[in-house]
Amino acid sequence: MSDIPFRDVDLEEDEAGESTAEANYLEERFSLWSWLTTTDHKRIGILYLISTTFFFFIGGAAAVLIRLELFTPAGDLLTDDGYNKVFTLHGVVMVWFFLVPVIPSVLGNFLIPLMLGAKDLAFPKLNLASWYLNIIGGGFAVWAMLAGGVDTGWTFYTPYSTAFANSHVSLTAIGVFISGFSTIATGVNMIVTVHTMRPAGMGWFRMPLFVWAIYATSLIMLLSTPVLAIVLTLLVTERLLGLGIFNPEYGGDPILFQHLFWFYSHPAVYIMILPGMGVVTEVITCFARRRVFGYKAMVYALLAIAVIGFFVWGHHMFTSGQSMYASLTFSFLSFIVAVPSAIKVFNWTATLYRGQITFEASMLYAMGFVGLFTMGGLTGLFLASVPVDLHMHDTYFVVAHFHYIMVGGMVSAFFAGLHFWWPKITGRMYPETAARIAAMLMFFGFNLTFFPQFILGNIGMPRRYHAYPDEFQVWHVLSSAGAVILAAAYLMPLFYLGWSLIWGRKAGRNPWRAHGLEWQTTSPPPKHNFLTNPDVSGDVYAYHPRRNPRDE
Amino acid sequence: MGEIEIILPQASVEAGSTDGKLLGLIIISSLITLLVAGLVGIFAIRYRKGSKASRGRLPAWFDSDLELGWTLATGGLFVAIFAWAASQDFALAVPPQRATEIHAVGKQWMWKIEHPGGQREINELHVPVGETVDLVLNSQDVIHSFYIPAFRLKQDVVPGHTTRMRIRPTRTGTYRLFCAEYCGSEHSAMIGRVVVLSKEAYADWLSIQPEGGDLSSEGRQLFVSRGCAGCHEGSSKVRAPRLEGVFGGPVPLADGRTVMADDAYIRDSILQPKKDVVAGFEPIMPSFSGALDEGELVALTAYIRSLGRRDATATGGTP
Repeated sequence: MSDIPFRDVDLEEDEAGESTAEANYLEERFSLWSWLTTTDHKRIGILYLISTTFFFFIGGAAAVLIRLELFTPAGDLLTDDGYNKVFTLHGVVMVWFFLVPVIPSVLGNFLIPLMLGAKDLAFPKLNLASWYLNIIGGGFAVWAMLAGGVDTGWTFYTPYSTAFANSHVSLTAIGVFISGFSTIATGVNMIVTVHTMRPAGMGWFRMPLFVWAIYATSLIMLLSTPVLAIVLTLLVTERLLGLGIFNPEYGGDPILFQHLFWFYSHPAVYIMILPGMGVVTEVITCFARRRVFGYKAMVYALLAIAVIGFFVWGHHMFTSGQSMYASLTFSFLSFIVAVPSAIKVFNWTATLYRGQITFEASMLYAMGFVGLFTMGGLTGLFLASVPVDLHMHDTYFVVAHFHYIMVGGMVSAFFAGLHFWWPKITGRMYPETAARIAAMLMFFGFNLTFFPQFILGNIGMPRRYHAYPDEFQVWHVLSSAGAVILAAAYLMPLFYLGWSLIWGRKAGRNPWRAHGLEWQTTSPPPKHNFLTNPDVSGDVYAYHPRRNPRDE
Repeated sequence: MGEIEIILPQASVEAGSTDGKLLGLIIISSLITLLVAGLVGIFAIRYRKGSKASRGRLPAWFDSDLELGWTLATGGLFVAIFAWAASQDFALAVPPQRATEIHAVGKQWMWKIEHPGGQREINELHVPVGETVDLVLNSQDVIHSFYIPAFRLKQDVVPGHTTRMRIRPTRTGTYRLFCAEYCGSEHSAMIGRVVVLSKEAYADWLSIQPEGGDLSSEGRQLFVSRGCAGCHEGSSKVRAPRLEGVFGGPVPLADGRTVMADDAYIRDSILQPKKDVVAGFEPIMPSFSGALDEGELVALTAYIRSLGRRDATATGGTP
């Protein structure tokens, strides 16, 4: 600590004076009823943490069944319909009940008011309502599963879903429809909060990039989710009332469904990655002790992805029979949307330059994110190239690609964030060694699971196959072996984080010496977040004087 | 017919070209991944906390110039890759003069193939090497996708649409045929083989197939038995357009538009007769949607095509 003109946050001396007048949000009231009726954004964040964890393990169990089935070429573990229902369940649950809400609604809920020095989100009751909508929607999906399942794939392609599937399509679609309103409500809440509740002194370009990421995500949520609601309504209408919208038997057009579905679902892909980018930025800057490289470029990149992401949906439809010129236009725009993602990757890398890097578990997850997201993004370029996509579309290459983004990217980022803010959320430190082992195991298990799937796609293995020709087996065996490691790595945090709740060392306000406003309050924070107004005069990334990385 | 090969062969005009793009992308993305992973690794070691590496003052250009540099570099690189990939669509999109048309109908869970000479196969497609074949694809139920990995080509087969895929096999052998679009319970059983034969062997193969009657004569029988001939032929009392010479030429419509009488138009006219009404005629024809299966539609279309202009589309098979 040799630099003189620079004011670092060093709040360790405050830790002795932890006794506060107000009880922290966890101890404020204890009854189940107080949790189920809470409007405290932090408690709602915990409710979301519990529900998304529940759905993550349901979806994960389905993934385990898929990988066990694919261990051998014959379809010998599950029936064909059973397999189809399992991969549909995996997709539906993971997309709508885990990936979409997990960072915005767990970490976003908990952190956005804290990062803005606010008492709560703009609409606390709407916030609670959005959690109930999410679990009611999830309840429908689980009901459909228990009633016998649904076998359309998460994409619900027509006319299979409307006229041919003999499974609980409508029930599932209604569940997703309801949870969509939860997403919209969360989006509105975040946007209004960011616009109206920033403290005096925190201009737009002084907000933490996590807040920017949630803001950009919320814009997509608000603008794209209504299209999902429309397309699901049309689907259920056609299925239940026989109205001809997508089914050519009644004069409909199946391709219309794809346009509407992907007009939602491609932007939704960015709902499932931008929040992760926000988390990783906070983690990397803190553990590299560096200002984020190119703050404004990072903001513009987030916004550019959010906007351009609306204009690339047709790249899911190169093989559908759309005109070559439409395909080329969507191809071009898909290459363009990759540029801001590349900017972010380079900026994270440059942020490490001349840092004082330490390797806490969340930093390991964040570095894993950078590598896996880079691979996921670059393989997206393969699929954006029309001739290559004609070969790779609907093969395991696509499966590998989006798992690199969604699991390698988003799930790694979620774990990075969960570990980073765990001391703030619970007031306890997690065991670092166990967490580091889990992080490395996850990285290794992930690559072993999904890298072979790139090769499978390359040699022509179609996705959603219950049984497959023998020549693909070796890669499937590797992938299934990786999945075992990955499953073990995902179970580990359940145990050591649970352990830390009781036996973990007390965290203090700011165990990482980080700079966001959330670290200025006690851990866990009091009900109204701050006992005294937080000091917003500092720069959130002021880990060193400008242009002058420090020797510590 | 030979074993399926484990290494994916290049068996079409597109295969080599697509693999070239693929290889290029693999090299470029590996280099970028290595660059990022290498820099992260080097920085992680060199700038670990407390290391001796110098952390002096950074020059002013470090921020903005570097940012602009890699933004332009990646932008330029990505646009270049796009252009390179797109060039294949243009280069290979030139329509050849003659193409054999083979019809394929997808239904849960099989492929029914009909050659122009009437030869039929299920889950197998025999094609001659070195020739251009236009696959005319229809679905009887849900969306399927006709995927031949060795050709690096797939095309969705969409109910209510007629899609086409042009294949140009360059290498004899037996290759996998998959349904690539999820289509229900036995999606993974909807697989077959594409057998690419030398021209002589293909001719032999065609000649030993059981006499199925060629497509257009089968279509002729349907034309009579389903009552089409009652209005569209001879001295019928109902006024309906004659179909001789129609296929392959322009058709003026009642609403002033002009459409090309191609397969899709004929098909639409059978299934949705009120969609494109020929100028000067009343929209009195009933829809045959549901009354004809995909195979019958293909045969009827083949018959109407055979009445068409001689020079318009040359169907490769001998009638």
